Amino acid sequence: MSEAIIRFENVSKFYDDTLILDRVSFEIERGKFYTLLGPSGCGKTTILRLIAGFTEATEGKIYFNNQLLNGVPAHQRQVNTVFQDYALFPHLNVYENVAFGLRIKKVKEAEIRAKVKKALEFVNLGGYEDREIEEMSGGQKQRVAIARAIVNEPQIILLDEPLSALDLKLRTEMQYELRELQQSLGITFIFVTHDQEEALAMSDEIFVLNEGQIQQSGTPMDIYDEPINRFVADFIGESNIVPGVMLEDYLVEFNNKKFKCLDAGLNPNEAVEIMIRPEDLEITEPDKGKVKVRVDSQLFRGVHYEICCYDEEGYEWLVHSTKKVAVGDEIGLFFADDAIHVMRFNETEEEFDKRLEAYGEQ
Amino acid sequence: MRQKKPGKIFLVPYVVWIAIFVVAPIVLVLYYSFLDIDGNFTLSNYVNFFTPVYLKMTFSSFYYAFLITLFCLLIAYPTAYLLTKLKHSRLWLMLIILPTWINLLLKAYAFIGIFGTYGAANAFLQVFGIEPKQILFTDFSFIFVAVYIFIPFMILPIYNALEKMNPTLLDASRDLGASSLRTFQKVIVPLTLDGVKSGVQVVFIPALSLFMLTRLIAGNRVITLGTAIEQHFLVTQDWGMGATIAVFLILAMAIIMFVTKNRKRGY
Repeated sequence: MSEAIIRFENVSKFYDDTLILDRVSFEIERGKFYTLLGPSGCGKTTILRLIAGFTEATEGKIYFNNQLLNGVPAHQRQVNTVFQDYALFPHLNVYENVAFGLRIKKVKEAEIRAKVKKALEFVNLGGYEDREIEEMSGGQKQRVAIARAIVNEPQIILLDEPLSALDLKLRTEMQYELRELQQSLGITFIFVTHDQEEALAMSDEIFVLNEGQIQQSGTPMDIYDEPINRFVADFIGESNIVPGVMLEDYLVEFNNKKFKCLDAGLNPNEAVEIMIRPEDLEITEPDKGKVKVRVDSQLFRGVHYEICCYDEEGYEWLVHSTKKVAVGDEIGLFFADDAIHVMRFNETEEEFDKRLEAYGEQ
Repeated sequence: MRQKKPGKIFLVPYVVWIAIFVVAPIVLVLYYSFLDIDGNFTLSNYVNFFTPVYLKMTFSSFYYAFLITLFCLLIAYPTAYLLTKLKHSRLWLMLIILPTWINLLLKAYAFIGIFGTYGAANAFLQVFGIEPKQILFTDFSFIFVAVYIFIPFMILPIYNALEKMNPTLLDASRDLGASSLRTFQKVIVPLTLDGVKSGVQVVFIPALSLFMLTRLIAGNRVITLGTAIEQHFLVTQDWGMGATIAVFLILAMAIIMFVTKNRKRGY
């Protein structure tokens, strides 16, 4: 408990009469890279604005180092934000933008100079001090914005979709840099994005949000391999979801067949959803596979083919394979027992975690 | 090359306009400033300008223009700021601009009625038991009416500058530890300075040469360079002296334009 730098307790937020956050509770530990992931309008940016102090919670309590944060004005909070549009001051040059926070705190000129220099070098912008903001490219502005945040040595840095305005190549590059930066600084990063790949690549912990609620939290691998429900499975990566019935522990029925699986702790004959990742499906002869499907279409994605198939019951199966198939052919799909992931309907994260602990999936 | 040709043709009306209505008048003004009342070439007009009479007029022109601009700014800035926060800001702005469509003289005559001994202003004061006062033909009424007339021209550019400002910058400033006052000083003011400069230009420069108001509202107690030019051309018929004063006014305007020039900076 003492390690939590930020704690939300049943925080709700209304804008006018619209519910944006619905009794959200979570904890954020010091020194980790967190990502708030969700579609637009899920409330992720609102959480960031609540921590920054740009908006106040309608209900609930927010703690910062175990001290109540509600009502503390934004300029007195020890957090700094990197904004989506960077929000660099156009009337100041790079040096003055980075020095802004230090000047407000009336830091001595010599100290400002040393700190700004260090911060700019940290983001690989040494020597750019005298540039005007408008002379900088998108990626460089991004770095200035990061330098402007880290120079104040805040306890938390909030990043509001900071990479969304960059092109793909630069974005990937910045993902590495941000991750490295966070690790070398040891500051807690809270990163907001709707890009699941970005979230998986960078985070220590991901919170998946939808409609004002946290759907699931965990490490990128936890969330990818063990999504709690259809929304998370669909939002993070590609997934095949078909209805099934849990006959007993470790035995599930779908596609009119019984399969061994690694899930347990459900009621006998409970209706569930089965999720299998496209890359866990292997193409075989029609009779050798566990599921028989017909190829509907095929896209070349570079790394793999994305093959869209339908089974006899009309469910769609997406396959990622390096093997090419012919459209219209009947093929078999093989998968290992541990590729099957069983999802219950309306299971809360708490129940889900408890069940996993009790039956310990390895 | 092909693209340049039509471009030049389109320039013609502009060039003709500038030549007839800007360049030619300035040349004429310059020419007349070197003529005395009998039409002989002389430099005496320029010598006369530096006598106490005209220097005092110049001073009072600048003094009143300064006061008018100052009061305009003091009222317009908060107003413009408030306007950007309102829901139907465009409509409110429209209402502020509306009076500028009415002829200046009409507005001046309206104020003679309001500020007169038996006018609305004195009637209002009497409700509180205050004796009727001389309001018309005072410095107060002159500056009040001038500010009233000029204020939309000050509000507009400031409003535009405030509107153009990215609101995230205010969040960023607060985020970096600046209180509301510091944010105002370090972010809002610098970013709206260009708007303020434009406003100062469009108020200060016309205010320098106000002359109808000085007569109608200030009762010729306030004599500015504008009044002097009018008197020389229409009363004393000393066109040379009138033109000389105009030359100095043009110079003053050029200097103000240069000083308040907007530095180019992107957003």
